[in-house]
Amino acid sequence: MIRSTVLVSGDPISLSRGAEDTRLAIEAELAFYGLEDEVRVGYTGRVNRTDVLPVVVVYPEGIVYGPVSPETGATIVSEHLYKGRKVEHLLVSAEVASAEIDTLGVAEDTLYAQKRVVLKRAGTIDPYSIDEYIAYDGYFALGKALTSMTPGEVLDTVKSSGLQGRGGAGFPTGLKWTFVAQQPESPRYIVCNADESEPGTFKDRLIVEGDPHAVLEGMALAGYAVGASEGWIYIRGEYAMAKDILNHAITAAEELNLLGDNIMGTSFSFHVHVHAGAGAYVCGEETALLNSLEGERGIPRIRPPYPTVYGFRGKPTVVNNVETLANIAPIILNGADWFRAIGTERSPGTKVYTMLGDVALSGLVEAPMGTTLREIIGIYGGGMKGGKAFKAAQTGGSSGTIIPAELLDVPMDFASMREKGVGLGSGALLVCDEDTDIVDLAYVLVRFFKTESCGKCTPCRVGTAQMLEALDRLRKGMARRADLERLEEIATYVQQASFCGLGQAAPVPILTGLQYFRSEFESRLRD
Amino acid sequence: MEDVLATTDGIIDVHGADQEALVEILREVNEVSGHLSREQMQRIASRLSLPLSKVYSVASFYSLISLEPLGKHVVRFCQDAPCHVVGGQQVWEALEHELGIPFGATSLDGEWSLLTTSCIGACAVGPVMMVDSDIHGNLDPQKVREIIARYRGEERSGGIV
Ligand SMILES: Cc1cc2nc3c(=O)[nH]c(=O)nc-3n(C[C@H](O)[C@H](O)[C@H](O)COP(=O)(O)O)c2cc1C
Ligand code: FES
Repeated sequence: MIRSTVLVSGDPISLSRGAEDTRLAIEAELAFYGLEDEVRVGYTGRVNRTDVLPVVVVYPEGIVYGPVSPETGATIVSEHLYKGRKVEHLLVSAEVASAEIDTLGVAEDTLYAQKRVVLKRAGTIDPYSIDEYIAYDGYFALGKALTSMTPGEVLDTVKSSGLQGRGGAGFPTGLKWTFVAQQPESPRYIVCNADESEPGTFKDRLIVEGDPHAVLEGMALAGYAVGASEGWIYIRGEYAMAKDILNHAITAAEELNLLGDNIMGTSFSFHVHVHAGAGAYVCGEETALLNSLEGERGIPRIRPPYPTVYGFRGKPTVVNNVETLANIAPIILNGADWFRAIGTERSPGTKVYTMLGDVALSGLVEAPMGTTLREIIGIYGGGMKGGKAFKAAQTGGSSGTIIPAELLDVPMDFASMREKGVGLGSGALLVCDEDTDIVDLAYVLVRFFKTESCGKCTPCRVGTAQMLEALDRLRKGMARRADLERLEEIATYVQQASFCGLGQAAPVPILTGLQYFRSEFESRLRD
Repeated sequence: MEDVLATTDGIIDVHGADQEALVEILREVNEVSGHLSREQMQRIASRLSLPLSKVYSVASFYSLISLEPLGKHVVRFCQDAPCHVVGGQQVWEALEHELGIPFGATSLDGEWSLLTTSCIGACAVGPVMMVDSDIHGNLDPQKVREIIARYRGEERSGGIV
């Protein structure tokens, strides 16, 4: 009989720090004490605080140890699992979060408490075990929808939940689905965008690695709502482990008839395929993604027509981000009102962030929409590293911007951020302290867009190269005032004239940098 | 040569000879062979009934696919902001110095290629590089020297000719 479960974090960071050896050592020690039939060992995708990786979580107690080496892993077996004594010095220290934020179930004593909707299960279950997903309400929402709701009711629930796309732009998910459902054409398709390549973002990978079935269940619900019976997950070519976990999860779900033909004995069928990319940031843009899925160069298409009308194979297609889809099952299960009670009026729900840079604790954070940057840094980031002053944060990717200290108290939701002219982007929060060189930061950010420009349109292809060159001269103290004026002019052109969101975003670090830190740019001029 | 084409055929068989599988076929063939040769592209083109120019056009678009032979070990160093702000520049210089080649180059002895990559989602332990398929994080110049030495040492002790 199984009386305990031991999960070792198996994300790439943990693996790079020897998590595999830790797991092997734990298994060897369990065998030594004859406990191998009583204690199950698995991997988990938990990455809450990266400073303590790899972590080992012991259930049912929900005790978190970290960082754990092969030696200390063996100690956990001999002390905790064999003798029943907690290994105090290996515990991850407890921290208390602010009162209005919910506690994190079993692990509440040992880690930061967060409001978890999307990451509720990630890290507490074994992603290779469909049974564990089911034990934590998994596939209940799909069952509920198929047996007691019409497709129209599922659609209406998502619509009234107010869920907005988490891929960057914040487009209302219910509305997107309605567009597809209204199309006369079929077949229709569901595409999950797991191409995640915005610098500083790795939330989608951790959702997939920690809770793959949440994404699959969300896709099946989307398929039921809009009348699609096939879905594709486009996953970044570098995410080999996530891809493996997804393929494994699909097979397991098909075996239990939770995906495939006539799901749960109903007339609804839904098949999911995984398709890996081959390294190109622009493929995250939805129309470029569709081209890549069809075996073409991943260059964007003209919009309109939007994918909702002319998508994969020219058919109506829903393209949604991983995090968006992971919100669907909880919404169907708990209702739109439950969801609306989290977050803000205009942006309900939570947002998953990856916090990096000059904070005391970096890692993954899920917080209600509307939480301010000051709260995120203070509560989850443990404050600024070394007690330094905050200077700016960069929110990552094609719709992200540089946020200055003046905006630390703006509620972070799509609408409030847009009103201030800044963007939530992909959820990356690169926090920079007083020592940060903003010109150098802008240079590196623009270099990313130049490297990743697909070359289809001239403003982006040539403009990013020109902006980068100008920034390079500026950071080396070689530019004159006229060069800076020219840079600003080019940046405006590139923003206005580029074909897709990549080129439109490329000048943003320059333009927001100038807006908030102009004097710093000017101090680098020769004249 | 026959082997290489047999492997290519095997990969096509797994995915099906269909253009929708082209990107995956190209990436996997590249992964197994280290790069994509003209012969392999020709084989893929004929099996998928596509013009060679189409296969070339798609293959040349994606950064994980190389049309040139690369070194035995390929270093891909992340050049994006989250890695940059935590000391990426010093690591960049250390890599060039240690391998004796600039970024974008392959060493004359064919041992090393030094490339950059965009963010690989391991930023929490930046600066980050990939050597072949292994991710190494929390890099500094000293650690770079140790890691490179380890790969060099393995070859000697492993007795690879
Ligand atoms: C250059 C560029 C890159 C993008 N990369 C991604 C990405 O990696 N993942 C993603 O979900 N959306 C990305 N998007 C947004 C998608 O085009 C699309 O809006 C999104 O997948 C829709 O899903 P959502 O409504 O659930 O947010 C990108 C957009 C642009 C312009
Ligand atoms: S920025 Fe280097 S891995 Fe993300």
